Amino acid sequence: MSTTTTRPSVIRPRRDTSLPSRVVVTALLGLSAFYFLLPLWWLLVSATKPFGEQFSGTGLWFDGFGLFDNIARLGSQDGGIFWRWMLNSVLYCGVGALVGTAFSALAGYALAKYRFPGRGLLFGVVLAAVLIPKVLFTLPLYLMFSGVGLIDNPLAVLLPSVVSPFGVYLCRVFAAQSVPDEVLEACRIDGASEFRIFRSVSVRMMLPALVTILLFQFVEIWNNYLLPAMVLGDDRLQPVTVGLVGWNASHVAVPPALVVVGSLVSIVPLLLAFLSLQRFWRAGMTAGALK
Amino acid sequence: MTDAAAPADTRSSSEGATGGPPPAGSRRAPAGPRQRRRGSRSPLLFCAPFVVLFLGMYVAPIVYAAVKSLYTVRRSGLGLTPPTEEFDPFGNYGRALDDGAFLSSLGRIVLFGVVQVPVMLGAALVLALLIDSRSARGKGFFRLSGFLPYAIPGVSAALVWSFMYSPQSSPVNRMLEPLGFTVPFFDSDLVLWSVANIVTWSWTGYNMIIVYAALQSIPAEVLEAARMDGASAVRIAWSIKVPGVRGALVLTAVFSIIGSAQLYNEPVVLQPVSDGAVSSTFTPIMSAQSAIAAGNYPYAAAQSVLLAVLVGVVSFVFFKFTTRGEQE
Repeated sequence: MSTTTTRPSVIRPRRDTSLPSRVVVTALLGLSAFYFLLPLWWLLVSATKPFGEQFSGTGLWFDGFGLFDNIARLGSQDGGIFWRWMLNSVLYCGVGALVGTAFSALAGYALAKYRFPGRGLLFGVVLAAVLIPKVLFTLPLYLMFSGVGLIDNPLAVLLPSVVSPFGVYLCRVFAAQSVPDEVLEACRIDGASEFRIFRSVSVRMMLPALVTILLFQFVEIWNNYLLPAMVLGDDRLQPVTVGLVGWNASHVAVPPALVVVGSLVSIVPLLLAFLSLQRFWRAGMTAGALK
Repeated sequence: MTDAAAPADTRSSSEGATGGPPPAGSRRAPAGPRQRRRGSRSPLLFCAPFVVLFLGMYVAPIVYAAVKSLYTVRRSGLGLTPPTEEFDPFGNYGRALDDGAFLSSLGRIVLFGVVQVPVMLGAALVLALLIDSRSARGKGFFRLSGFLPYAIPGVSAALVWSFMYSPQSSPVNRMLEPLGFTVPFFDSDLVLWSVANIVTWSWTGYNMIIVYAALQSIPAEVLEAARMDGASAVRIAWSIKVPGVRGALVLTAVFSIIGSAQLYNEPVVLQPVSDGAVSSTFTPIMSAQSAIAAGNYPYAAAQSVLLAVLVGVVSFVFFKFTTRGEQE
């Protein structure tokens, strides 16, 4: 009897959960991990199978190895257009995210650190625009671009992509947190111009935040399918998402196996960026959520 | 809530020193007036690139579409002369509100939002609570596995799932076959939920991370006190943790409901392989897009404006609703 009364008091502080509860919790979490990882696992396994075998078997375990052959076939389909699509995606997302982050940084920093006429209105508009998804503006954009002859022009993708109300919002939050007013005041006393202060002091202090914004915007542009699908009819200008969906829709002309391999290859850069920069992802998401 | 709000509040008190006139004696006399003018102009210059592009890429297209939607395309009976556009403010809107395909696409996304959003947020909440619970092992792995789909672009996720659904090769059905049944993912009654599954797969982990972050901000002493009082883990989750993350849940709900309105990528990717179950007017954006494909730009403009206004009204109502809730 004495053992049963003393044991809990000894064990509890270290591990106060019972075995059944640990089993139930782990089983439920395992089930969720199975659901989340199954499609990605299938994609990885199928892309490594020999060409044409992608849809054979259960698809859940490796069966022969043809990944490099598949990638070679992917590169030679339609005159090597796949790698051109990848390059287009990287260019649109890279240029759009870099320019967009610079603009967001300027505007967000100004909103956080200056008082000027129209500041409240601008911030209100930014907040409202964060709430309304960009996709809703895409068809009106298409109508406007076709009115001014900007269809089939990379600018039709780049110009809307550099505008990021969410980036401005994040930057305002981060600038308010990480750039102390005292530092700005000290720089002003030293006679530095406002832009010089921004460029050489504030940007450095906001750098981790700017990486987060860059990452978010890169992925946002990569994810925006409707805009390039509408405004870029020439397949040599399209990003990889639009190209692959086009292949998938024309499944007689292009073997579906290539769509499988292409899907894997096209998400590898994003997965790598995601896994290596997780810290920045979380920073952006929690700041975005903490309104 | 407090992390973001606190610096903003402290900042406004010290702002007089930043944006106002410089303290006397801090600058040499000749530089004074010029410095002050430049100081007051630079925030406007800082905002200029964003503001100009925002006006051009957000405001201008909506205005352009709104104006365009007031004209109606008239085709002559024989189609021998090119169609003309006549000013007719209500022509396109009247047609849209009488267009069975457009209305049922609106109904479809409402049904989608009403079912998918609670299921996804419920799953996100349960997962966050499970990972947060003291019984969980391998928290880092489960958090990452849930979050991983968010890194996959919506279109790529839809492509992969279209293979998971394919009647010829579905690995899901191959797993279910030994149990004696299969799922007809492209059945016309089921296809909306096949789409919902892709959206749920992509976004549950994202919402889970937000709820999980909110859980971490619940004071440990409160949880400890409840535990000392003998409350069970389930009771603590229901009575302390869930109310504690209410703000995060409302926020993710608002974003998810608004997200439902823009449903496009997933159904469009499934469309060519769905054997007709996904129509060309499956969602409102697809409906407007098919008006563009038919060459009727003003009608597409009217549908886009209607959808934007609906989403604007819904977000405004939710915004008011949630901010009122927080002041209670």
